Amino acid sequence: MQRLRVVATFSSYRILLNIVLVFILPVTLSCTRKTEQVGAGPQKTTQPTGAPQAAPPDDGQWTMPAKDYASWRYSSLDQINSENAKNLRLAWTFSTGVLRGHEAAPVVADNTMYVITPFPNILYALDLTKDGAPVKWKFDPDPAASSQGVACCDFVNRGVSFSQGKVFMNTLDGQTIAVDAGTGKEVWRNKLADINKGESITMAPLVVKDKVLVGNSGGEFGVRGWLTALDAASGKIVWKAWSTGPDADVLIGANFKPFYSQDQGKDLGVTSWPQGAWQYGGGTVWGWISYDPETNLIFYGTGNPGPWNPEQRPGDNKWTAGIFARDADTGQARWFYQWSPHDLHDYDGINEQLLMDMSINGQTRKVLVRPERNGYVYVLDRNTGEVLSANPFVEVNSSSGVDIKTGKLIYNPEKEPKVGQVIRRICPASPGAKDWQPSAFSPRTGLLYIPHQNLCMDSEGVEANYIAGTPYVGMNVKMYSASDDGHRGEFDAWDPVQGKKVWSIKEFFPVWSGAVVTAGDVVFYGTMDGWFKAVNARTGDTIWQYKVGSGIIGQPITYRGPDGKQYVAILAGVGGWAGAIVAGDLDARDGTGALGFVNAMTDLPQYTTKGGMLYVFALP
Amino acid sequence: MRLALTFIPLLVLFFLVSCEREQRNFRAAPPAARSESLTQSQIQPGQAYTPPQTKNPTEYKAYELSQGKQLYEQYNCSGCHFHGGGGIGPPLMDAKWIYGGDPQNVFQTVIEGRPNGMPSFRGKIPDAQVWQIVAYVRSMSGQVPKDASPGRSDSMNTRSEPEQLVEPTVTKQAGQPPSTVQSK
Repeated sequence: MQRLRVVATFSSYRILLNIVLVFILPVTLSCTRKTEQVGAGPQKTTQPTGAPQAAPPDDGQWTMPAKDYASWRYSSLDQINSENAKNLRLAWTFSTGVLRGHEAAPVVADNTMYVITPFPNILYALDLTKDGAPVKWKFDPDPAASSQGVACCDFVNRGVSFSQGKVFMNTLDGQTIAVDAGTGKEVWRNKLADINKGESITMAPLVVKDKVLVGNSGGEFGVRGWLTALDAASGKIVWKAWSTGPDADVLIGANFKPFYSQDQGKDLGVTSWPQGAWQYGGGTVWGWISYDPETNLIFYGTGNPGPWNPEQRPGDNKWTAGIFARDADTGQARWFYQWSPHDLHDYDGINEQLLMDMSINGQTRKVLVRPERNGYVYVLDRNTGEVLSANPFVEVNSSSGVDIKTGKLIYNPEKEPKVGQVIRRICPASPGAKDWQPSAFSPRTGLLYIPHQNLCMDSEGVEANYIAGTPYVGMNVKMYSASDDGHRGEFDAWDPVQGKKVWSIKEFFPVWSGAVVTAGDVVFYGTMDGWFKAVNARTGDTIWQYKVGSGIIGQPITYRGPDGKQYVAILAGVGGWAGAIVAGDLDARDGTGALGFVNAMTDLPQYTTKGGMLYVFALP
Repeated sequence: MRLALTFIPLLVLFFLVSCEREQRNFRAAPPAARSESLTQSQIQPGQAYTPPQTKNPTEYKAYELSQGKQLYEQYNCSGCHFHGGGGIGPPLMDAKWIYGGDPQNVFQTVIEGRPNGMPSFRGKIPDAQVWQIVAYVRSMSGQVPKDASPGRSDSMNTRSEPEQLVEPTVTKQAGQPPSTVQSK
């Protein structure tokens, strides 16, 4: 039997580093700390399973939405554990004053919590050293109100990143802004996206070394996707990698070595499209980025091709619905793998990738694990892009599997959408088995905790007209529960080595919130009807739950407060694509509303109402 | 002979009815923008004043309405408002009108755009077509005569019948249909 074994070299290096730190002069210490923070990711990926004492010292902060570059969303804090979590109490709250979907993760650094709201993207700094965490400062970026008209799926924002005294944030109207963490004053801003082309920005920026990585949204508006690196000091563009078009634009050069033959060749970003269609072909970068300092590679996915109607874009539509590995300094592509070539169902490939070292057939492989929208949990060799395994975690009938030899997804031709024809029961539905909502991984249990949907759909192709700045979709969709009992969401524990489910919790609504797991073996997540839950990471038993004011679609985090106590924080505020019926006051009689999601959520308004509020919990 | 006597009046009746069919104006002359009907507020300082409602002649013609329905898809209105339920934009099949539900208000909404995301289609869609779209949009909430309203879509069943159909009230103040279509 294969077991998740993680190599110890890095943790011993880590211990050594800490011993050295203790004995070195304070000046040197502070310098070393900074460098260490930048490279913090990969060491985390090497926690031995079942050895709690070996957990690395956690600084108790939460400086980026994914916690670290490996995107584990794992905290080694263990004050709150599976025994005492039942005693959790509300510590304090904070109203954001915004009523749209709150998808952001709060970020904690230097005893301050940073919270960004959905449009109008107000950034709050809350002083954790004072009782009730009063507002330290408020930054209003004043984004263009018209940008609300180019946000496909509510006016969300997925969080900010803290690095070296600055908070980096994105606005819906396409700006990246650096804000001084101490004063709340703007340091620089750069307008990167153009709402007149249908572009917006909803993703959380990631800071890697001296660069801020930002990508665009707008896959439903026929935009051309990109990821760009900005100089963290000045905000100037250092490199920009397009997701479609000629190799020079995609930053494909001599170092590009994709594993599979279908990804090798010149200018595939042009030739895998009908004449010129790559110019509005999607492939937006609105999800998560991971970073491996050892190889200096970043990993991120590209969104759906435009339009959704696949008959208007014959070809593989590169480089959409896939994953890139790029050099963090130059942006040059190293490898690419396409989850859903010639995507048929809006299976964006932008989900999180968790970096870990895994023992496969007795051999240690450096892998990335990706619970993907098309219904499979992929394990890829993160140095080469080779698919090591791909196992379905929901009912999938749009494809029958992944050919491990060729890396190709095997589509089911019966479920291919057609113009003027309604294809019934395509599983998973357009938001996929799992959308943007990030999973968590615990090295103690060796399990991945995946929040996800349980939806199928009917769809009908219609001709899409490209009018810049307006939607470019060409598909009528109606979604519904994949199960007879009507449950539309699940929260699963998944063994990435065995490729199978360990336990699963059925939820009435899609689980559109992220997850966090701790060394106390507690997993936290929230539901769209407003329950914030603590679950035993080993058994899946619900230990504690608290009803908040509005449905939860945010990302929980945990941190150590200035008083030494462990806190858990979550933003409530229903919305997002799944909650659009409440956030946008949509009419339930039209099932095709919100790209067909309304049909699956007609009862949500009976369970929750709008309201953006931060909740922070602790033990008494 | 008696058979013919029975049939001839029937035949005459048939043709008479046919004469009553709606007239299609292939060059429609819809009302031009009339500023006096554009009121976004229910508060009028001093004496209350009911703004005159505009009459959109296209609303009473099945042909114009079905044209409007087609244009609603072709200009991507459906991309944001879908089939009335809304998504990126607000629903159109319910009773709420953020910027006014008078045909004139809806016309201005399409032409001017609105601050929270509604694009301005000024110079992009000919006025006559905008009026057809306006008529179709109002038909979604049952604001047009039922016999003129477009039938159920032959595509995916996306819309249920509105619960209450409101018969149009043509007010006296509606005024004369304007003489010309404003040309761009």
